[in-house]
Amino acid sequence: MVSLKEVVNDPQGLVVQDALHSLGYPEVEGARVGKFIRLELVGADQEEAQARVEEMCRRLLCNGVIEEYRFELTSDPKA
Amino acid sequence: MSLRFGIAVFPGTWSDRDCAHAVELTGAEAVSLWHADADVKGCDVVVLPGGFAYGDYLRTGAIARFAPLMEAVREHARQGGLVLGICNGFQILCEAGMLPGALLRNASLQFRCQPCGLRVETTSSPFLGCAQRGQVLRIPVSHGEGRFYADEETMARLNGEGRVAFRYSDESGQLTSAANPNGSLENVAGILNEAGNVLGMMPHPERACEELLGSDQGLLLFRPVIGQLARPAG
Repeated sequence: MVSLKEVVNDPQGLVVQDALHSLGYPEVEGARVGKFIRLELVGADQEEAQARVEEMCRRLLCNGVIEEYRFELTSDPKA
Repeated sequence: MSLRFGIAVFPGTWSDRDCAHAVELTGAEAVSLWHADADVKGCDVVVLPGGFAYGDYLRTGAIARFAPLMEAVREHARQGGLVLGICNGFQILCEAGMLPGALLRNASLQFRCQPCGLRVETTSSPFLGCAQRGQVLRIPVSHGEGRFYADEETMARLNGEGRVAFRYSDESGQLTSAANPNGSLENVAGILNEAGNVLGMMPHPERACEELLGSDQGLLLFRPVIGQLARPAG
């Protein structure tokens, strides 16, 4: 998940919030639009994968000036 | 001897020929630099033109910054060579860390293509040697992602060091929100690096290079004052 930092204005999120309000969901107090990226990794053990995905996020997937990221690793049950 | 401009071309760049045209109007030489090239062919000035380099996938400029050419552009700048990033070129320079901050989706969520007033904030860059502080230039923007953002500390440093090159303003130089086409922080339209030899701007000076186009004031960006070139000795 890559999303804009809380301090960065997210006009897309505001539009989504307004739309939900007009559909009758006044309880929506905030909406942020981010990106979902799915990576498939082969051969890496959990610890190594953790470190390498961290690096991928920092170098390419996330721009630390405006965005923040979080990720989780799961193993493929078929493997 | 006339200046030699290198115009970068990435897959998806579209403003390279317009930039070359503007360069040639000033009597300078324009050569093309391919994204896979590893050198800047001895150019005095490198222009990173507008467009959608590598489709702007992931984020604008996010992939382009890793092009082999960008390593050469970085080295060129480090040695005091001039770099002008226009629109997508500005976005690439920010992604590459050669300029601070980032360019976000326009606050309106709309693509904006319109003439803008640009108030010149400083003349301490070779690119602004022909401009006057406080002068309002009429140059168009054309982008969907041009909302400049920097954190508070960075913005304070840019202001303190006089590194904001242009702010969006009305004709009289007032910084109104109506004059701000994208919701940029403090109406910022262009910024400089610390040395002043790298300029990034969202508006397109190459689209304001002849009266026929409504303004020729963009040409001054293609007439850098080379006496101000801060090349290190040796």
